[in-house]
Amino acid sequence: MSLLVLGFLAAVIRISVPYALAALAGTVSEKSGVVQIALEGLLLTGAFAATVGADVSGSALGGILCGALAGAALAAVYAVVVLWLAADQIVTGVAINLLADGLTRYLLKVRYDSASNSPRVDALSVPPLVHGGALIQAITHPAVLGTVLICLLVAFLLKRTVFGLRLRAVGEHPAAARTLGVDPRRVRLLALTLGGLLAGAGGAYLAIEQRQFVAGMSSGRGYIALAAMIFGRWRALPAVAACLLFGAAESLQIRLQTQGGLLPEWAVQMLPYLLTLLVLGGIGRGRASARRHEAPSALGRPLPP
Amino acid sequence: MNERARRWLVVGIALLAAMLVTSALIRVAGRAPAQIFRLLLVGTWGNPYGIGQVLFKATPLLFTGLSVALAQRAGLFNVGAEGQITVGAFCAAMCGAALPTGTPALLAVPMCLVAAACGGALIGVVPGWLKARRGAHEVISTIMINFMVRAAMVGLGTLVFERETVHTRAVIPAALLARLSRYFPALHGSAANLAFPLALLLVVAVVWLVSRTRLGFHLRAVGAQPRVASAVGLDVGRTTIVAFALAGAIAGLGGANFVLGYKGYYEDGFSGGVGFVGIAVAVLGGLRPLPLTLAALLFGTLAQGALAVNAICPKEIIDVLQAVLIIAAASASAVLARGPVGSRPLGTRPIGSAAGQP
Repeated sequence: MSLLVLGFLAAVIRISVPYALAALAGTVSEKSGVVQIALEGLLLTGAFAATVGADVSGSALGGILCGALAGAALAAVYAVVVLWLAADQIVTGVAINLLADGLTRYLLKVRYDSASNSPRVDALSVPPLVHGGALIQAITHPAVLGTVLICLLVAFLLKRTVFGLRLRAVGEHPAAARTLGVDPRRVRLLALTLGGLLAGAGGAYLAIEQRQFVAGMSSGRGYIALAAMIFGRWRALPAVAACLLFGAAESLQIRLQTQGGLLPEWAVQMLPYLLTLLVLGGIGRGRASARRHEAPSALGRPLPP
Repeated sequence: MNERARRWLVVGIALLAAMLVTSALIRVAGRAPAQIFRLLLVGTWGNPYGIGQVLFKATPLLFTGLSVALAQRAGLFNVGAEGQITVGAFCAAMCGAALPTGTPALLAVPMCLVAAACGGALIGVVPGWLKARRGAHEVISTIMINFMVRAAMVGLGTLVFERETVHTRAVIPAALLARLSRYFPALHGSAANLAFPLALLLVVAVVWLVSRTRLGFHLRAVGAQPRVASAVGLDVGRTTIVAFALAGAIAGLGGANFVLGYKGYYEDGFSGGVGFVGIAVAVLGGLRPLPLTLAALLFGTLAQGALAVNAICPKEIIDVLQAVLIIAAASASAVLARGPVGSRPLGTRPIGSAAGQP
């Protein structure tokens, strides 16, 4: 029984890695005051670039690096379009998702002559740090350790560093930040690019874990991460906790599938969105506080002159 | 520069940017861009069948684009058209299948259309209520609802789909919309149907509603200055809910194109992202009959053209073209409307305010 539980926890941790990275990406981006609904596209781009990178460099690590950089590049494009050209953030975000889906499918056909998946690439092969059961193995997996480290670093960056303070300041009151000599546009560009780096790495993990790119393989994870970000009320560690919750629901579903399941699959798929909608609707909190979701005050607003 | 010239300039710039980017990508694949673009045009507007297919592909975009554009007038961003058209299509199919076989077409078709509109409105009203009464931002809630609809359809599908398929029982023949080829034999073989003229009528009706009626005035007032509207005694919350219900109903009606005009049943995954492309249609066209129709035809042309170019270049190149077109159009309209960055007025409106304000 305890072995079953440990195995389950290990599965939760593995499943939650891309969610956690994407949710952190969303948190960093939106804390700076820019709406980021393109997490899905960033994950997908990261996954494809990681596959090509691993294929070309012959190492999974090179792949992950490529994935993260591709995510950062796409996020930087998004940042320039919405910050300097002042294009609408939602419209552009939707288009970036369409772009990532189309571009990865197109390049998959051009490069690998396949409509569905790439050939296999190398897995991340690092000798286990510690010997032990499934849970120990899962926790000490380098990608998982790396994710935990990144979570703590991002939380620290947002809460305890000068850059984090500036990032939060331009997300709350860009005009005030500017009077103090902080350029909101530059800080937002950095925040979005950092977010792209994180989400790209999340996508890379997906591809390397499955050892290939599959068309559309992000399959809604970016939106679940978006939901987790809101569920965690735009705070790094609560957002990651929400990812673990959603990841647990997903792995519980996979576990119980063979025995008929506790809940039908569609109900589990609906769960993250339903919970987030309930949080958005302020269920469980008083009516007076329903209007406060702890979203950054300047979220989505065009910058003042 | 007047409003009309600006619109055309935006479309021109966007098309140019999209063609430049895709040309580079086509070259990566070792193909000649000019050949691809020629094929795209010849395969769509080059023959009557192609034209019919363009009309068919443009029809749902006209519904979803109109839905987004209407919501935009009320200051709301409807990202939920995808879920709304799905529910509308499902309701139309269920209604059409449940009707007794002897029902006359004059009764069956309107009943299915009403079912589609009610289904869309029912889903559309949820983000409206959440925004008006609980302060939840409509962009996030509509995204969440899109996914909930998708999951719910999987669940409902296990109950109502025909054995071994992913579609519902066929509707009664009387509930089907006639193909346009019945009136224009040249369109023979294409799936264009009466849903297209229906969409055109609806566009005119909605524009009339918004510009000439009391409700339309309320919508515009709430969209332009919610605080002023509230101060002069308009019920902003109620107007928001009504606007979202209307937007949902319009998008829901779009389901008729596929269900009543083409297949005769609801099929899993039929929508193919028309709810999202509808946002692009609304950005390019705004709430004006002719530009909105032209925008829907443009994206309909691209959707059909993708199939035409697929023989020599992966059809996903057209998805990329669409995406770049949307990004460039959003950028160009923002730059032309507000001047270069740094000279814009203080932003007072929440998310979505920069999008193609008509």
